[in-house]
Amino acid sequence: MTHSATVANHEHGPAKGLSRWLFTTNHKDIGTMYLVFSLCMLFIGGAMAFVIRAELFQPGLQLIEPDFFNQMITMHGLIMVFGAVMPAFVGLANWMIPLMIGAPDMALPRLNNLSFWILPFAFLMMLSTLFMDGGGPNFGWTFYAPLSTTYAPPSVTFFIFTVHMMGLSSIMGAINVVVTILNMRAPGMTLMKMPMFCWTWLITAFLLIAVMPVLGGVVTMMLMDVHFGTSFFDAGGGGDPVLFQHVFWFFGHPEVYIMILPSFGVVSEVLPTFARKRLFGYTSMVYAIVAIAVLSFVVWAHHMFTVGMPLAGELFFMYTTMLIAVPTGVKIFNWVSTMFKSSMTFETPMLFALAFVILFTVGGLSGIMLALAPVDFVYHDTYFVVAHFHYVLVPGAIFGIFAAVYYWLPKWCGRMYDESIAKLHFWLSFIGLNITFFPMHFVGLAGMPRRIPDYSLQFADFNMIISMGAFLFGMSQLVFVYNLFKTLRSGEKSAHRPWEGAHGLEWTVETPAPYHTFATPPKVD
Amino acid sequence: MNKRLSMLNRRITFSLILSLLPTSVWAAWQMNMNRGVTDNSVAIYDLHMIVFYICVVISVIVFGLMFWSIFHHRKSKGAVAHQFYESTSIEIIWTLVPIVILVAIAVPATSTLLDTYDHSESDIDIQVTGYQWKWRYKYIGEDIDFFSVLTTPDEEIHNKKEKNPNYLLEVDKPLVVPINKKIRFLFTSNDVIHAWWVPDLALKKDAIPGFINESSTKINTPGIYRGQCAELCGKNHGFMPIVVKAVTETEYIAWLATQKVEKAKMASASKKTWALAELITKGEQVYNKNCMACHLDTGMGIPPVFPALKDSSIVKGSLEAHLDIVLNGKSGTAMSAFGSQLSATEIAAVVTYERNAWGNNMGDFIQPADVENLMGAAK
Amino acid sequence: MKLAKPRTLALISIMMFGFGFLLVPLYSVFCELTGINGKTSGAFQGSYSSHQMVARKVKVQFISNQNANMNWPFKALEEQVEVNLGEKRKVVFNVTNITNSVAVTQAVPSVSPSAAAPYLHKIECFCFEQQTLAIGENKEMPLVFFIDKELPDHINKLTLSYTLFDVTKDHIQAPSS
Repeated sequence: MTHSATVANHEHGPAKGLSRWLFTTNHKDIGTMYLVFSLCMLFIGGAMAFVIRAELFQPGLQLIEPDFFNQMITMHGLIMVFGAVMPAFVGLANWMIPLMIGAPDMALPRLNNLSFWILPFAFLMMLSTLFMDGGGPNFGWTFYAPLSTTYAPPSVTFFIFTVHMMGLSSIMGAINVVVTILNMRAPGMTLMKMPMFCWTWLITAFLLIAVMPVLGGVVTMMLMDVHFGTSFFDAGGGGDPVLFQHVFWFFGHPEVYIMILPSFGVVSEVLPTFARKRLFGYTSMVYAIVAIAVLSFVVWAHHMFTVGMPLAGELFFMYTTMLIAVPTGVKIFNWVSTMFKSSMTFETPMLFALAFVILFTVGGLSGIMLALAPVDFVYHDTYFVVAHFHYVLVPGAIFGIFAAVYYWLPKWCGRMYDESIAKLHFWLSFIGLNITFFPMHFVGLAGMPRRIPDYSLQFADFNMIISMGAFLFGMSQLVFVYNLFKTLRSGEKSAHRPWEGAHGLEWTVETPAPYHTFATPPKVD
Repeated sequence: MNKRLSMLNRRITFSLILSLLPTSVWAAWQMNMNRGVTDNSVAIYDLHMIVFYICVVISVIVFGLMFWSIFHHRKSKGAVAHQFYESTSIEIIWTLVPIVILVAIAVPATSTLLDTYDHSESDIDIQVTGYQWKWRYKYIGEDIDFFSVLTTPDEEIHNKKEKNPNYLLEVDKPLVVPINKKIRFLFTSNDVIHAWWVPDLALKKDAIPGFINESSTKINTPGIYRGQCAELCGKNHGFMPIVVKAVTETEYIAWLATQKVEKAKMASASKKTWALAELITKGEQVYNKNCMACHLDTGMGIPPVFPALKDSSIVKGSLEAHLDIVLNGKSGTAMSAFGSQLSATEIAAVVTYERNAWGNNMGDFIQPADVENLMGAAK
Repeated sequence: MKLAKPRTLALISIMMFGFGFLLVPLYSVFCELTGINGKTSGAFQGSYSSHQMVARKVKVQFISNQNANMNWPFKALEEQVEVNLGEKRKVVFNVTNITNSVAVTQAVPSVSPSAAAPYLHKIECFCFEQQTLAIGENKEMPLVFFIDKELPDHINKLTLSYTLFDVTKDHIQAPSS
């Protein structure tokens, strides 16, 4: 695929000062804001993880009381899911989709600005609940009723409003992505010529539009139960707590694919570049993403195997959940085939992408184990599940984000990051996360439940190791921040195409990318 | 890169070996689930091991290929990229082969699941109710109904005393059941969703307020089996364990008899007249087991959610009002109705204790018989 | 294409919000039809005829629960009965309001195994209405039921549970004395 380079439009540069950021409609600025916001949230959520692991370092209650512990695990989950992972991917979408499809900006720039600015406001509200009377949300990020309705602290109302706002932000962002991708591709760029990152975001955006409103619905039902005397989830009024779980997980399961699909897209960009070889099986990869997205709608009750479903229900959800392994496996095999008989170098983005393939597979395999309903009776609500989802989210989603940031940072800021420091960040993170999350499989199998601030003595040794790993992993992220500052201040100037094997429209613009790009669409054949 | 291969393989081998050893030896470093003591638990364990080995084999193949490729297809080694990028036949193969493997796993998974839905008639039925934060067991058809509460002392939890071997897994009254009999549990909850879980029985079921769920077990080996609540249910979710004591049928019948004797003793205890000092001593025990978790040993509580009892206007006010709150709870707050959880003697004792402890020194007390009249007839 | 328009996508998201709420009655209907969550359908619609009776016995247990602070003494006078399929049977529940105010309670039924729920027909049940009890009042509440003769063969024992909920606050009418 050849393409002509475009001349950046220098009619006017960005505004100056705070108003630049408050009122910008520029996809690059908005992308940057999402990414900075997400990094801040990563540290806040990470600080909560520190508190959790500090308390779990030894048996007994040393530092905090159980109710505050429950607030920490709840907020850690909410912040990481809705504040760190999702906004990071939206930030990447904002920065890269227009550049990858040869568009001057997103289709709905003002909506884009609103979508971002809702978030700091929403999270300020959510974090402030920790200081309210009765404390913040303490019912888990999955907030099952009636613990989150009848038995919730007063701050639950603010929690509900926060979710409404985050949901609106995500839905509007997703609409923006779909409209941009479907309408603004450069002439000649058919859907099947589009970069994989754009494909994964297109599908992710459809998932967001379909399921975030359902989350909005379920928290509205909660609001009505708490304040307006309805009984959606209260058996006394004719309702059913299990209804909550069905509606929540109808959102919740596609949500976890929303969190991983863009990461798949990043890996599909990074691996071919550093392997100097085209992505293997592009068409199958596209079909696999679509299959995963469609299947994600019919597996939700695998989170509810112990709720008392009849046999037919358990079997149905067991089979559909096992089925999702097929398109996922196809993707992994395609990535390995991309590497096979290639010519690889191992710069930091590649290291993160390779670690993704290995460790996401580990998480995916524990997922197959969890899919088997009768064995899930033993795994459910234990640390085995915690291990599983942290493997798919940390070396899965988060490593995808790091790979993307290292990969595209030179284009964003015109400077090359320090490769040695970056590699240090990678190795410390890799070692740290494995020390943290691998032993969780063991304690979970040995019988340690989730969401407990104190545990019986036979789990002590592994928990100490897990906490040490967590501290290592957390501190390693400071290496990343240091590298970021060092790069922005004094990094070596980067070439337009710093990676030899990189192909794609984004590499044809100047480095750093000019404020406005592709004012005239490039020709793609 | 070889490092990664050997590190991963070492972990897998280690865990494979460990999984074959008796887990009791490795209690502190246990890496695998127990085989358990029921036919279902053994079937589930076997299924777990089968799928685990399959996952190991898949990992070895996929990662092996990856590491081989990382080693051999490196630019620094002079590798040149071969530009192949699609093959419909291989895509079909690696779509069909996983499907075949999954169907192969689905067969034993389905039959194991079917076994857990076995509807043969049970010998014993037990109603299990989750409360915040304890379990209640009622044997249907027998006049046995009791609460099972964590007995690990607060000093151990707050690191003032060394922790005992059954730390957080010990209760005052375990669930006693006979081996070789089918026991059907009916689960529900008094408040929020809890879950009853005993790993050695491979039995975990949610306890949902307003609804009943059932699950059955048949224990093959006598012994003590400990479990925990497995659904976040509030503050003390981690502090409501389960202890099942499986005994021979003879021992079970003997136990049933002792329960009848216990009940008679409790009934007569509530008829006699208690002295103030006796009530206070008993009351302190009851308080430590049932009230201290929220109102603290100092009586200071954790306001505003858990009010202080020391110098409280209610505790130092009318005896009737104080009793009413203990018996019937306070709706809209976390204060439970202990009238359905404690005996008349225990209620009389704890109310007396609260009115006289921490310098409250009211000097008054109430007799169990009077509490009994308030608690109503059939219980 | 239509999907490429913001308006269409916004409409889809609004519809999905509505779908979330639609799941509520959908869930109810699905559960009632299949009895999947052990929820019994309301009063038996139809006329009972003793010709329905079949010479197959089944054990029916009655358990009682109280929700939250609803600690009224409440239990069935017979914990377990044996009935023929299709045989009409009456069981009495006893409840006392031991609090010091008038209170209204709602009994919520639940059946296990859930597969049995569609086959339990209640002709008369105290769970059909909210029950008001004066201070200290003791009430005998009847349940008249029969088990459908189509009850699956593998079920020979079923349990009906009632959970008492305190609905005094939500009770709109003035409580009767």
